[in-house]
Amino acid sequence: MKKFINRQPSRLTAVLLGLLPFALFLLLYLSASGARLAENPDDRLLPAFSTMAEAFERMAFEPNRRTGEYLLWTDTRASLQRLGIGVGLAALIGLVFGVATGTVPYIRATLSPLVTGLSLVPPMALLPILFIAFGLEELAKVMLILIGITPFIIRDLQARALEIPDEQIIKLQTLGANTWQIIVRLSLPQLMPRLISAVRLSLGPAWLFLIAAEAIAATEGLGYRIFLVRRYLSMDVILPYVVWITLLAFLMDLALRRFSTWRYPWFHAQQR
Amino acid sequence: MTMPIIELKNVWKEYGKEVVLERLNVRVEEGEFVTIVGASGCGKTTFLKMLLGTEQASRGDLLLDGAAMPAEPDGARGIVFQRYSVMPHLTAERNVMLAGELSANRFLGRAFGARRRALREEAQTMLARVGLGEAGDKYPHELSGGMQQRLALAQALIKKPRILLLDEPFGALDPGIRRDMHDLVLSLWRSQKLTVFMITHDLEEGFYLGTRLWVFDKARLDVQAPGAYGARITYDLAVGECPPMLPSLSAQLADTARVLSG
Repeated sequence: MKKFINRQPSRLTAVLLGLLPFALFLLLYLSASGARLAENPDDRLLPAFSTMAEAFERMAFEPNRRTGEYLLWTDTRASLQRLGIGVGLAALIGLVFGVATGTVPYIRATLSPLVTGLSLVPPMALLPILFIAFGLEELAKVMLILIGITPFIIRDLQARALEIPDEQIIKLQTLGANTWQIIVRLSLPQLMPRLISAVRLSLGPAWLFLIAAEAIAATEGLGYRIFLVRRYLSMDVILPYVVWITLLAFLMDLALRRFSTWRYPWFHAQQR
Repeated sequence: MTMPIIELKNVWKEYGKEVVLERLNVRVEEGEFVTIVGASGCGKTTFLKMLLGTEQASRGDLLLDGAAMPAEPDGARGIVFQRYSVMPHLTAERNVMLAGELSANRFLGRAFGARRRALREEAQTMLARVGLGEAGDKYPHELSGGMQQRLALAQALIKKPRILLLDEPFGALDPGIRRDMHDLVLSLWRSQKLTVFMITHDLEEGFYLGTRLWVFDKARLDVQAPGAYGARITYDLAVGECPPMLPSLSAQLADTARVLSG
C-alpha cells in the first residue's frame, strides 16, 4: 500500500469527488428547506426549488407588470455594462501605466510611490466622495470599479515587467532597438497575457464594488435588485440571482482563460 | 600597423573596495577569436559586460576602433547569453526577423509588405544555415536547448555585428550537441569576418575554438582578503602555435577557484 500522499485519484474518481461536496450541499439545502416548509408552507427563508424556478421564470421571461421590462435581462445588461466599462478602462490604464513604470526607471521612480499610496486607500471609503463628485448616475459606479482595481493591475504589471530577464532587454538593444521599440516589441507583447491574468484576479473585487455601488444608489442592476427584494424577504429571487451572478463571473473567467491560452500559447507553456 | 578593433589601456574595474579587474592592457585585431577561461569570480563576465556596454571601466580606457566604447548596448556588438537570449513570445522566424524589423520602422519596430517578405526570406536562409530550416514557425519553448542557442546565434548574426560576445553559450548543452555548435560557430565566424569573445568553463573548448586564449586569474591572491587584488590576463596564448598546456593550467585555475569559493 502506497503512502496516502503518493496516491492519485483516477480521472473519473476526481470528477466524482469534485461533485460530491456540491451534491451534499444540495441535499442539505433540500432537507432543511423541506423541514421548514412542512412546518410552515409560507416560509420564505429557504424556498423550494420549484418556487425559485417560478420566481426566476417571472424575472426572466415575463414582462414586468409596471414597466413592461424583462427585469433579469435589464438588470444583467445594466450590471454587465458598468462592469465592462469599469474593468475595460482599468485594464487599459493599468496596461499603460504598468508597462511604463515597469520598463522605464525614470517613470517608475516618479509614479510608483503614488500608485502604491493610492492602492492602500480603501475604495469603499471613497464611495461617498464619488457620489458627491459624479452624482448618483452611471459614472460613480464605473469610477468605483476603476478606482478599486486599477492600482492592483498597475502594481501587478509593474512587478511582472520587472521579471522580464535583463538578457532580453539587452539583447533587443544589440539588435538595434530604441526605448520605445523595447516597449512595443518586448514589454507590451510579453505583458498582454499577464494583463489577462491580472484582470481575471480583479474580477472578484470588481463585482464586489459593482454590487456595493448598486445597492446604495441605482434604479436597475443585479446588485440593486437583490437589495431591493431583500425588503420583502424574497429569498426565491435572491438565491437565483446569486447563482446567476456566480455563473456570469465563472463564464467571464473561463472566456478570459480560454482566450489567453489560445492567443498566447508561449506564455502558458512557460507557466508549467 | 592596423588599428585594433578593441584596445584596453590600463583598465581597472572596482566595486567599492573590491577590485575585480586590474591593469588590463591588451589589443585585439579584427577577426580574432578570443576565448576566455578562468575561475568563477575572476571577472570574466564583468569583462564581457564592459565590452557589451552594460558596465563601465572604473579607470583606464576601453577603446572600440580607437574611440571610447559606447556606454550602452547597441547594434555593433551582438551577444548570446547562456539562457534567455531569444524572445519567448516570438516564433523562431520572427525572432530572426527582429533585427530587420526594428530598423525598418523606428516607431513600430515592424516591417510590412515587400520589406517584410524580404526579411522573411533572409530569416529563412539564416535559419537554414544554423540547421533550423524546418523550425521557423515554432516558439522557443518548443525547441530544445541546443536549438534555442542556434536560434540565438542566428538572431544575433543577422544583424551583422562586428563583434560577437558569447557568455558560456554552450554551458547548458550536452557534449554531443556542443561539438555540433562548435562547428557552427567556427563556420559562422569564418564567413562573417567576426571578432569573437567567448567565455567558457571548458578549457578544451577554449583551445579548440579560439585563435587566442586568455586566462583570467588573480596573479596576487590574498587568502584573507580575496577582493583586495583584481584578476588580470595571466596567459595570452596564440592557440595553435604552442603545445596545449592543459594540465598545468587546469591545476592553477583550480587553486584560485578553491580560494575564491572557500
